[in-house]
Amino acid sequence: MEKELRLMKGNEAIAEAAIRAGADGYFGYPITPQSEILEYLMEANPQVTTGMVVLQAESEVAAINMVYGGAACGKKVMTSSSSPGISLMQEGITYIAGAELPCLIVNVVRGGPGLGTIQPAQSDYFQATKGGGHGDYHLIVIAPSSVQEMADFVELAFDLAFKYRNPAMILSDGAIGQMMEKVWLKPPKKRSEEILPWATTGKPATREHNIITSLDLDSERQEKFNMKLIAKYREIEEKEVRFEEFMTDDAEYLFVAYGTSARICQKALQLARVEGIKAGLLRPITLFPYPKKRLNELADTVKGMLAVEMSAGQMVEDVMLSVNGKTRVGHYGRMGGMIPTPEEVVENLKSFIKG
Amino acid sequence: MTEEIIIAGFGGQGVLSMGKIMAYSGMMQDMEVSWMPSYGPEMRGGTANVNVILSDERISSPILRSFDTAIILNQQSMDKFEHNVKPGGTLIYDGNGITRHPERKDITIYRIDAAEEASRLNMQKVFNMFVMGGFMKVKPILRTEYVIKGLKKSLPERYHHLIPMNEDAIKRGMELIRKV
Repeated sequence: MEKELRLMKGNEAIAEAAIRAGADGYFGYPITPQSEILEYLMEANPQVTTGMVVLQAESEVAAINMVYGGAACGKKVMTSSSSPGISLMQEGITYIAGAELPCLIVNVVRGGPGLGTIQPAQSDYFQATKGGGHGDYHLIVIAPSSVQEMADFVELAFDLAFKYRNPAMILSDGAIGQMMEKVWLKPPKKRSEEILPWATTGKPATREHNIITSLDLDSERQEKFNMKLIAKYREIEEKEVRFEEFMTDDAEYLFVAYGTSARICQKALQLARVEGIKAGLLRPITLFPYPKKRLNELADTVKGMLAVEMSAGQMVEDVMLSVNGKTRVGHYGRMGGMIPTPEEVVENLKSFIKG
Repeated sequence: MTEEIIIAGFGGQGVLSMGKIMAYSGMMQDMEVSWMPSYGPEMRGGTANVNVILSDERISSPILRSFDTAIILNQQSMDKFEHNVKPGGTLIYDGNGITRHPERKDITIYRIDAAEEASRLNMQKVFNMFVMGGFMKVKPILRTEYVIKGLKKSLPERYHHLIPMNEDAIKRGMELIRKV
């Protein structure tokens, strides 16, 4: 079967890509601006085609614990929500990280805090990349900036989650979730029949018990486990960094932006160049692991970096840590569901340049 | 070629679906397309708008503040978006319910009395396709055959019998539009 071209919303692309990636289960609860994921899956009814289970749980808390259960059985399972719903899931997410289980969590971010607004935002960056729940852990966090990437990153996220036995998150926002673009869909894959060696699928006489837990009351063992997790995160930081660069070769000023903001900055850098400002863009694709090394290199060649994000200033802290004082770092953000326009980003770049 | 468009009016006027048909048609013509709607409370009885971009190149920002073409279907949208048309750009509006007509001298303004005509022909359901026809006439980017293909793709099959009516509305819209 060949690739198929469709015009889809970002949310629909995630849903269709999940079926085609051979996902075993989706558990979710509706919330704007991501309800199309659940709606699309319900309508597609993959139970009859691939055998994928789609279930509307009674709450986000239930949904994430269903994911925990499915993941413990070695199944390719996922959930999706938007900011307030993701906050409700944090207990389950830290348990899954602590139990070293693979799964996919999609956050189509809306403005906060609290119930906030249903319009797009990027104000869950800290929550997604620094832990979110309690305890020392990280998710693998991938940020799509197009509908095509909403589709492509489902499989990527599952692959990374299973490779490292770690929960992965697609951190999107209401704009990419709601917009339609062309998307090339990969041919569907069959669901895997493989029984993973660590999965709790019923103990045969031929092996020891598989135990899935995040609890260890022996502090020495727990610390060793923490060290093991840290080693895993360092390996992920070593091997899995992904980013994209635009016109960085001769850039004097660098935008750093992900997701929707990165799309806006692509336009902003074109506008800035018309006015004679040599602007470039580094777009982190993985937010954890963050492209620290590359930003540190670029700090040697640019006069300053401007982080543009739909938040009060979250990712900008990672830019600062990456460049470690080597160059000036500024921030421009809109909040509450407001989306910056390319023109206003250029104006802010100009005032950043003036200092 | 890149055409950056905003369509704005009341929820229920077919603003979002007109944009969707544009995007489908552009895709059929091998263009890059994006469709970015306003969503949420503004759709529920209030004003609705959508940014559509048709381009030969990879599309950068799907969210825009200035437009090559603004298609304006109510007064609130006129007040909000008349000033966001690029100098030298195009503004198309339906005169129905407009109390303050566009005033800019540095853009080309077209008027299409689509609501009136749709009501006269008892074709209110395809009101937006009259407007679409007007747009296609003054901005010949999308070709009718691809718009029809786009309609087939975007409409559920149970509505395919309405496609000829849509085609008629497009043709009538092309005749109806006039330069102000």
